[in-house]
Amino acid sequence: MTDRFNLYRFSSPATFYPLAGAMIPYFVAVSALFGIAGLWLGMLVAPTDFQQGEGYRIIFIHVPASWMSMFIYLVMAFWAAIGLAFNTRLSGMMAQALAPTGALMAFLSLWTGALWGKPMWGAWWVWDARLTSELILLFLYIGYMALTAAIDDVRRADKAGGLLLLVGVVNIPIIYFSVKWWNTLHQGSSVNLAKSSMATTMLWGMLLMAMCFWMYSIAMALMRVRTIMLERERHTDWVKKLIAGDEK
Amino acid sequence: MIHWASFSDFLAMGGYGLYVWGSFGVTAFVMAIEPITIRRNRSATIIRLQRQLRAETRNAAQ
Repeated sequence: MTDRFNLYRFSSPATFYPLAGAMIPYFVAVSALFGIAGLWLGMLVAPTDFQQGEGYRIIFIHVPASWMSMFIYLVMAFWAAIGLAFNTRLSGMMAQALAPTGALMAFLSLWTGALWGKPMWGAWWVWDARLTSELILLFLYIGYMALTAAIDDVRRADKAGGLLLLVGVVNIPIIYFSVKWWNTLHQGSSVNLAKSSMATTMLWGMLLMAMCFWMYSIAMALMRVRTIMLERERHTDWVKKLIAGDEK
Repeated sequence: MIHWASFSDFLAMGGYGLYVWGSFGVTAFVMAIEPITIRRNRSATIIRLQRQLRAETRNAAQ
């Protein structure tokens, strides 16, 4: 063994567990700071939208939730690929820890979308390409959680769930490009690298809220992965020592 | 700097109050509940694992 700093060390649950625990308060604090700044800009400073009045302010949670719902799925699919290719212990735990947060983000995206759609389009729901593919994303999350929960052997559960994640990843570009590929009711992307259709305060409010949601999701996933680690590694010495020491 | 003339103005959201606060309210609720359920699940898991560990050591002693 060398004393050299080794990144692979953190792929061991015994080292990752305390590291995750130490990082959680920072992610929570940073998320809160971004949230306060984003809400202040978005809800108090940003001007009225010339087309949608004050109703557009739903964007400050709708877009971050939608982005996170897609991004979390991609991260899960990444862990699934790593897990299937290298048979690493941590990857299945990470995917499992991210799933409920991803599902909640997909739900929030649909919920806020419905509340935005009603006053702007006159309908809570339409079978539009963007909306339908986001609904399928929610079903993929629920399907992944149900499938892994139904299989007792965790390694088999990880494999089956990982395959589902990798097959389902095709849905992500469909959601993302749906507003371009099909003629939909849903408006196009609000943020463009070339030119943005939004006022600066609106754009910054939205980006700050996106950072808030991002940090929140990391904090939740880290909190959840610690419990999963205890559960799965319960026969190892490090968990027995922790449990016996009444670790909270 | 502040966009709103009064607090009631802010609450009304130009007539979109129900939709805007319905969105923010449910999001706040979800983000408050999620960490609480994770914590509860964690303490329940720890208690269960402690019980299992005690049972195992008792069995090993016999």
